[in-house]
Amino acid sequence: MKYKSQKVAYWFFALCMLLLVLQLTYGFIMAFAHAGMDGLHNWIPFNTAKAVHTNLLVVWLLSGFMGAAYYIIPEESQNELVSVKLAYVQLISLAVVGVVAIVGYHFNYWEGRKFLEIPRPLDYLVVVNVLLFMGLILLTLFKGKRKTTTALVLSMGLLFAALLYLPGMIDFDSQVLDSFFRWWVVHLWVEGVWELIMGGILSFLLIKLTGVDREVIEKWLYVIVGLTFLSGILGTGHHYYYIGVNKIWLIVGGIFSALEPLAFLAMALFAVNMYRKGEKKHPNKIALYWTIGSSIVSFIGAGLLGFAHTLPQTNIYTHGTLVTAMHGHLAFWGAYAMIVFAIISYALPNLTGRKFYDSARGRLAFWLANIGMIGMTVAFGVAGVAQVYMERKMKINFMEVQTEIEVHFWVLIIMATLFSTGITLFIVEFMKHGRPSDEALEIEA
Amino acid sequence: MLSKKQARFFFLGGTAVTFLIFIGLTVFSLSKAQDQSHEENLTEAVVKGKHIWEKNNCMGCHTILGEGGYYAPELTKVIERRGEGYVKAVLMSPVPWAPHGRKMVAYKMSNEEAEDVIAFLNWISKIDLNGFDKIVSPLAKESK
Ligand code: HEM
Ligand code: HEM
Ligand SMILES: [Fe+2]
Repeated sequence: MKYKSQKVAYWFFALCMLLLVLQLTYGFIMAFAHAGMDGLHNWIPFNTAKAVHTNLLVVWLLSGFMGAAYYIIPEESQNELVSVKLAYVQLISLAVVGVVAIVGYHFNYWEGRKFLEIPRPLDYLVVVNVLLFMGLILLTLFKGKRKTTTALVLSMGLLFAALLYLPGMIDFDSQVLDSFFRWWVVHLWVEGVWELIMGGILSFLLIKLTGVDREVIEKWLYVIVGLTFLSGILGTGHHYYYIGVNKIWLIVGGIFSALEPLAFLAMALFAVNMYRKGEKKHPNKIALYWTIGSSIVSFIGAGLLGFAHTLPQTNIYTHGTLVTAMHGHLAFWGAYAMIVFAIISYALPNLTGRKFYDSARGRLAFWLANIGMIGMTVAFGVAGVAQVYMERKMKINFMEVQTEIEVHFWVLIIMATLFSTGITLFIVEFMKHGRPSDEALEIEA
Repeated sequence: MLSKKQARFFFLGGTAVTFLIFIGLTVFSLSKAQDQSHEENLTEAVVKGKHIWEKNNCMGCHTILGEGGYYAPELTKVIERRGEGYVKAVLMSPVPWAPHGRKMVAYKMSNEEAEDVIAFLNWISKIDLNGFDKIVSPLAKESK
């Protein structure tokens, strides 16, 4: 750590860990319900569990991105954060809004719009919170000594993500329009601006971990985010095939979304090649695992498994089935959860001064979490393909099919247990690092 | 070899061009002439039904237009499949509806609320979905 104010990042990462544990708990509730054990139904019905599971995911990822920005921006711009106090205010208000929303979901206080369940009054608080965050980051950046491409791409991703939250707040009478603009948030986040955030963090980590020249890394960063927007913006059309809008989206969405994996492929090739090229290898091996891992698993989860159902001819059968859940898990995990784990693994020793660079526990956490998540993906995938065949080809009744595929949810639960063990080890490792301290200043970064 | 400046140009140029096309296509496909949803039939009851649908997060378990949870049946064509009477009974039931053991929340809706939801689902069922309505099962009437 080079700047005192970077310590704020630690608390955003700690919030990540806490919300992640809660997210997984609600995942288990849903998995058991699918397997036929819905004993909690009266208190936590499935729709509550689902809203909590997905919203906690988004909030902890955002908390991770914010922590990453508070860590990276001072170091890149060579400037202390403009106000540490306001950063803590922002942290606490983020946690409060998140908790109020989650509690509200247990009392029917929500708006049933997938992923955007937060009620509109709370949306305004989210906006204020994000404005404060953006203000702090952008001021720090512009008052800084240098403006690197890495810092610019990261900030641009965060800024666009904030702006794209707005279309989700418009009220529509028509379900078709509601859905149309909901995708401006959901799709353009994960297959657009969040990739800028991921690319920015990835590029920062590769510069630090491999020692490859910044100019080379940042040039490829532009190519990657160029591919992202070139395919991802018009790729939004893959959500417009079957919601009641013009057929033109079948062609446009089909072609451009089929190109989206290129950005993820580029990211994977980029990370692996920079690692090969690098001469000054950083001793933090765990951070390297998560960094390279993220670039590869995101290509599998988002790129390959996304491509598997993105053409209109396939999507007409798989749209809205467990096949979608299969892809959603590995894509979110590989691209966004793993990149947050990577920056946490890199930043923690620097923030706390404890150099657990290559512990057995850290490696085990990496492998268990990834093997568990791949197992979960297979379980969802088998259930999903079976569902598509029985329900949509053979026209068997929905609930009869669900009974047939119940067994796959027991496999899911076993794999999720493996996954959660990995996550637990990661959190133990997190806690073993202790608190951030000023003594860690000037530790070799 | 590609320079950093060229790489930046690729990023900015590609983004600007695809963004403009995206806005153009959005304006085109949302224009009145291209409407596939029969917006003129969006009555007050349909809108009220949509609010009830959202207020209770029905989408947390069911899919509609193929979007939502994967825990309960797809509802785009449910009125054609089951008939209004059946759906009304589900919505007004004082105990959790669970024909196959999987429970739905007992919403205990009033007659009027249930009718609004049915108006909403009726409107949904008439949207032209580019063929999805025929494939997704059990949507068609013949598949019980
Ligand atoms: C990291 C990037 C990505 C993440 C986090 C992600 C996540 C998700 C999630 C959560 C959904 C379900 C959305 C909902 O129903 O509300 C979804 C749907 C979908 N994704 Fe992705 N995705 C990513 C990248 C991609 C890519 C690159 C492609 C295509 C090559 C793709 C293709 C699709 C398709 C076609 C659907 C619609 C499925 C349906 O019709 O039910 N995704 N994605
Ligand atoms: C203990 C581990 C987990 C279990 C048991 C679990 C289980 C589930 C279940 C049963 C669903 C609901 C599917 C439905 O609607 O019927 C779901 C949805 C979802 N989960 Fe998880 N999950 C776990 C961890 C995760 C993680 C780590 C992530 C992200 C990295 C994640 C992301 C999602 C997403 C995005 C959805 C919504 C998918 C969609 O509607 O298309 N889950 N999960
Ligand atoms: Fe998408």
